[in-house]
Amino acid sequence: MSTLEIKGLRAAVGDKEILKGIDLTINSGEVHAIMGPNGAGKSTLSAIIMGKPGYRVLGGSVTLDGVDMLSLHTWERAVAGLHLVMQYPTEVPGVHVDEVLREALKARKRDISGLTATISSEASRINFDAELVSRALNVDLSGGEKKRNETLQLGVLEPKIAILDELDSGLDIDALRDCARRVEAATHENNLGVLAITHYVRLLEELKPDVIHILSAGRIVKSGSPELADILERDGYAAFV
Amino acid sequence: MTITPILPSAEEEIWRYSRIGDLNLDQFSLDAARTETIGADAWRTAKSLAGIAMQKPADVFAELNAQHGEEITIAIPRGKSVDQVIEIVHTIDKDGVVAYPRLVIDAGEDAEVTVVERFVSANGIHSLVVPVLEVRAAKAARVNYVAINELGINTWKIGHQQSVGYRDSTVRLNTIALGGDYARVRAEARLVEQGASAQQLALYFASGTQMHDFRTLQIHQAPRTYSDLLFKGAVGGTARSVYTGLIKIEKNAAHAEAFQTNRNLTLGDGAWAESVPNLEIETNEVKCSHASTVGSIDEEQRFYLESRGVPPEIAERLIVFGFFNDVLDRLPRGLDTNPLRDAVAQKLDAEGVR
Repeated sequence: MSTLEIKGLRAAVGDKEILKGIDLTINSGEVHAIMGPNGAGKSTLSAIIMGKPGYRVLGGSVTLDGVDMLSLHTWERAVAGLHLVMQYPTEVPGVHVDEVLREALKARKRDISGLTATISSEASRINFDAELVSRALNVDLSGGEKKRNETLQLGVLEPKIAILDELDSGLDIDALRDCARRVEAATHENNLGVLAITHYVRLLEELKPDVIHILSAGRIVKSGSPELADILERDGYAAFV
Repeated sequence: MTITPILPSAEEEIWRYSRIGDLNLDQFSLDAARTETIGADAWRTAKSLAGIAMQKPADVFAELNAQHGEEITIAIPRGKSVDQVIEIVHTIDKDGVVAYPRLVIDAGEDAEVTVVERFVSANGIHSLVVPVLEVRAAKAARVNYVAINELGINTWKIGHQQSVGYRDSTVRLNTIALGGDYARVRAEARLVEQGASAQQLALYFASGTQMHDFRTLQIHQAPRTYSDLLFKGAVGGTARSVYTGLIKIEKNAAHAEAFQTNRNLTLGDGAWAESVPNLEIETNEVKCSHASTVGSIDEEQRFYLESRGVPPEIAERLIVFGFFNDVLDRLPRGLDTNPLRDAVAQKLDAEGVR
């Protein structure tokens, strides 16, 4: 059982304060969705949790099972059990996913002997073409293939808590279903806790959230049951911002 | 009596940024390189074919090569695909000499051949090698050429590659430059008949006080011709590199497609790289692009790998290796790239990228 706890988190990009005090607690097996209009601070939240350069913490804390994440390097946060699925996965020419996963598992002091088999079984679970697995990371991949590639890594690395930054952006229906179902399965099989940042309700049809939070202007303005998504679908954000 | 030729100066655009001003030809005596060939015997001809691609010497070095050159001529008859990679190794083992190797590859209609030419010397050999390559690809012929510079850190190279492609032919000019003190290659691909295509690829890695210098030309003289160029290099220490490239699409080359990409990685604060891409287009209805970058390891790439849990120094090495692998993976099949990967790894170790 793991817990990601975010308390009073404030953060800036440059001189602009984007997050103005976020409180969130995510336990193993839970799916939390964060929804909100453009500019609400959704992507900043994921960047700050993972320690992306260019983002500045102004106050508050982020802990995983009581361990301060904000004082760790990005790679140490990942080794501790956080995983970020990126909205726009970066192209890394000439670097292959198996090399990265091998080094990532070695840093976790985990067994790498079955890696090739794990990669191919994960790939087939999400209908990711084996030929594409051998391509350089995210190079010449479509939007859907990039997100399948991200999901494959999540499946292999088995993090405690996954942050999905707009997993649904740039995805066709099939890829969305494959990726969302795989993450949903991990919440049962591995007790994965999920923080799903999204713009659209459609992701939540496959990935069943326990709680929905509405983020607006750097604050969580409303938290509630999954029905909140239906209200958003009908009325938009206007009632909450 | 020999007359000392007049060397160009760095004032001339094509020699800009070069170290031509440091060169004194009088300090070298004429001597042939020790040349070995593997798999070439069946295809060598005694008759010189010099001039099949280079109608007139492009500069004084090409001229000197024409005067003094030891020519190896490889002629592949019409329709013949040569399976074995032909290898030519030039070793400069004397100090203070200048060598002028010349390689001429003539591929007949629908013929195919892969030729690797290696330039080798030990550290401490203060010599100069001035090679010239000429390639003619007849109708539908496929020629793969790979130059590998494994020269020691005191040897200079001023090289010239010239290809000419006829109808529907494919010429691939590849250069791997790891060695040399000042090492320059001028690589010129000319497409003279419809449907001809040329691919130019290079990997270069200068460390210490080395300098790599590339001048490329993609010349389209016929309709529906295609050229693609990818040059990727790194500089470490106080090393320098220069890339200047020109895509030239002439009047009758409608529907030509030409691409040019030059990426440079600077691995140290004292390292310097210059990239100057150019386009000269004299017709409409063409598809052209050029891109060039000079910079250190990309922050986004580093963050991406680190966010998977890869420690920073390993992430860095993966990225730099990937940068080079991207080129090595595109080399002609049948070529053993493992020694090249090892050589790149050794240079990275020396640069402290572990």
